[in-house]
Amino acid sequence: MSIATATVDTTGPETGARSEDYLWTLNFGPQHPATHTTLRLVLKLDGERVVDAMPEMGYLHSGFEKIGEHLTFNQYVTVTDRMNYISPMANNVAWHHAVETLLGIELTPRCTYIRTIIAELARISDHLLCNGAVGLDTGAFTFFLYGFYQREVIYDIFETLCGARFTNSYTRVGGLSQDFTPLVIEKIRTFLKTFPKTLDDMERLLTRNRIFVDRTKGVGVLSKAEAIAGSATGPVARASGVTRDLRKDEPYLAYADLDFNVCCATTGDCYARYLVRMQEMRESLKLVTQALENLPAGDINVGIDQRIARPTKEQVYSTIEGTISHFELSMANRGFEVPHEESYAAIEAPNGELGFYVVGDGNETAYRARCRPPSVLHFALFPQLIRGHTLSDVVAVLGSLNIIAAELDR
Amino acid sequence: MPTPPPSVDDVLSGLRGRCGEFDTSTFRGQTRVVLPEPVAFEGLAWLKDQGFDLLVDVTCVDYLDYPGATHRYGLVYLLASTATNQRLTVRVFVDDPDPTVTSVVPLWAGANWLEREVWDLFGIRSVGHPDPRRLVMPEEFTAHPLRKDYPLQGRGERHNFPVITRDHS
Repeated sequence: MSIATATVDTTGPETGARSEDYLWTLNFGPQHPATHTTLRLVLKLDGERVVDAMPEMGYLHSGFEKIGEHLTFNQYVTVTDRMNYISPMANNVAWHHAVETLLGIELTPRCTYIRTIIAELARISDHLLCNGAVGLDTGAFTFFLYGFYQREVIYDIFETLCGARFTNSYTRVGGLSQDFTPLVIEKIRTFLKTFPKTLDDMERLLTRNRIFVDRTKGVGVLSKAEAIAGSATGPVARASGVTRDLRKDEPYLAYADLDFNVCCATTGDCYARYLVRMQEMRESLKLVTQALENLPAGDINVGIDQRIARPTKEQVYSTIEGTISHFELSMANRGFEVPHEESYAAIEAPNGELGFYVVGDGNETAYRARCRPPSVLHFALFPQLIRGHTLSDVVAVLGSLNIIAAELDR
Repeated sequence: MPTPPPSVDDVLSGLRGRCGEFDTSTFRGQTRVVLPEPVAFEGLAWLKDQGFDLLVDVTCVDYLDYPGATHRYGLVYLLASTATNQRLTVRVFVDDPDPTVTSVVPLWAGANWLEREVWDLFGIRSVGHPDPRRLVMPEEFTAHPLRKDYPLQGRGERHNFPVITRDHS
């Protein structure tokens, strides 16, 4: 393979071959503990200084968008679990938010609140792993374990909720697969009580830690203009001063009812991205607390008359509408009506704007299911962030961008 | 008081002055504009100057067997404004045998990988792209797998991939 030497972009000043004879090329990945997932970097080094980097992706490409054209809207949610597997619940919510936008479905209040709660828990678990990994890669192993322990608690909540720890597939078109039980609510309440203390401990461990600050402050600086030009979203953009958060700007689910702040920084370096994520976890806790205490009663699925969500067993056995709806939704040639239209809908996923462009052609399978993954655009920013820094900063920058290869390659 | 942002209708009438007549439609509150390919770049550049500074996504839909479709490929440019949070969808339709569009990388650096992905999976070239390689599929791959005439199971390309031995790596 000649990629390494032939196509590294050398658009700097004076890039004659002779003047570069002292540069050497280092292949980083696709299998490397610090890439965390399967991605590859070809680095051009001057001693320890990174002159240029060329990110390569596609090692985990599984054709998710092609599969999306062959699975129904309800089946495809299992594939979205496997995109950003650090926070699968957020992907579930994003996918069905896009499908429901296409179908024009109005969710029940209880469903919007439950989805808000699980999306925010997913954000906490994603940020815990991302910040934990930044700590791990810069030498703070204890910090990572603190974060991973709390992720386990969130996994436990999800397991109690829907039976799966990792690949939840929790949402359905027009509703959810399971309702909250008292045990789930109790477990979330316990988490809300115990987590702030751990978060304080984590902040005390790392936020003012001299080694960590030296490793991350001023490293991988992304200016506000570069963030907008490079289509960065989420914590990466907010750490650079872009005050864009879809939860505030285009309130979906229950976010319009809840009180929270958008966390921003202005320096745009790895340290700012770490701080934004730490602060966002506290805001997520606020959101979960409010949503849980104001959880509306009622159904989690839209009504039987809409013929979208599966009726309960009780409805099937005791009402004629329930029986008809159950049959209609189960039969291969029926299902629900989908307009010959296309629409885009996005949510503020932990990593940034996660949207789906869904094209409907009348049946229950999408004609096209485009996923707009935040990781792709963030990974494309990597070369400009790392130029001029040392080899050891590669892992700090990579970790702070939170590149998830499964979402990157789809 | 900050001045209120220009409404989408004002922006569209300004765009008509530059790009001539074009179709618009609205679905679920999303405004879509269909720009003819020759003026698409000019139109997108003007929209960027009007405040649509964030390129959310570039993607494509293959309308091979879509009922009522008149063109084969429809590119999608999702624009947004970081100041006013307005969104606008720009569609550009192209056809075989040589589907090409003008690259928007000079306007938005973020379009680089998105246009590479459109080339990789749909085979639509972006003229003027600084790095026109495939993005997710390997360089040896010959097909464009998200086209509708490409089967879900593939055509067995993987069997023809070169095998690199330890001596040749």
